[in-house]
Amino acid sequence: MSEAVIAVALVWVAASGTAVVLTRDPLCQAFVAGFFGLGLAFLYLSLQAGDVALSQIVVGAIALPLIVLLSLAKVGKDRG
Amino acid sequence: MSRRARLVFFAAAAAALAVTLGAGLAGLPSFGSQITSYARMLNELAPRQRHVTDVVSAISFDYRGIDTLFEEFILLSAVTGISVLLRPLSDETRQLPEDKVPDRTIPPPSPAVWLLAVFLSSLLVLTGLETVTHGQLTPGGGFQGGVILASALYVVYLGTSYVTVERFEPAPLLEASDGVGASGYVFIGLLGLLAGAGFLSNVVGLGVTGNVISGGTIPLLNLVVGVEVAGGFAILASEFLDQTAVIRPRRR
Repeated sequence: MSEAVIAVALVWVAASGTAVVLTRDPLCQAFVAGFFGLGLAFLYLSLQAGDVALSQIVVGAIALPLIVLLSLAKVGKDRG
Repeated sequence: MSRRARLVFFAAAAAALAVTLGAGLAGLPSFGSQITSYARMLNELAPRQRHVTDVVSAISFDYRGIDTLFEEFILLSAVTGISVLLRPLSDETRQLPEDKVPDRTIPPPSPAVWLLAVFLSSLLVLTGLETVTHGQLTPGGGFQGGVILASALYVVYLGTSYVTVERFEPAPLLEASDGVGASGYVFIGLLGLLAGAGFLSNVVGLGVTGNVISGGTIPLLNLVVGVEVAGGFAILASEFLDQTAVIRPRRR
């Protein structure tokens, strides 16, 4: 049972990690990177590393997308 | 350097990296192997020695507390660097956000969004405080809880306006909490020296295992780290938000 959960988590991380690299538009990439971060958190949780999973959620799902989105808004505003 | 020379250089460097990385990876314990004797020992000793139920907290705030001290100062210097880099420059000016259409004010968010933000931000504050104060009992602690606390401010911005959020996060308070939190870690470490033991020794009463107040200095350190991280991430968010919302090039 736990092996199935770990397998799902590993496939999710591999697929979404590849998707982050293949996404060309930075705005879409921020969202895809968020899903990648969520997959990593799920992987850590399935390996029973609860503390690391929480850190991954707060950094990968809150801090990183916020900074990317605000930077993109700044760049877009100065150009437009 | 010609293209050919660069390719040769790259091939040599890539081969060296592949060999060393491969040798390193081959030496790792295999996936899903039994935990090491060091981990087994800590699982056995930490609850009895430090009266905690989350052994990870005991490692990061007690057995390896000095590592966390440096990590804390990495965050402090990163936030300081961001504040310096993103300050308004001499050819930039601060203007309150305005609507794209001239002579129209920005409409306030709808009551539904406002209600959701009130509900969500209070829930985030509660979750953040719970995560900070229960670090010695369950997964979580000062770092995770601090980011959750800071994210409550983002939700206030999404549900109201820039002016409201600026009123709720005065810059001096955020900067003070960042600095006080970081230095608080050092002062709690000095308690150990005052008691005649080593720096960052766990010299406070350990309490009963499983209680909220237990683990000696571990919950205290979690608390100061929570204050520092909450302040630091709020500064980070407000600096980026200022760049997006109010700082614009001066028109000539």
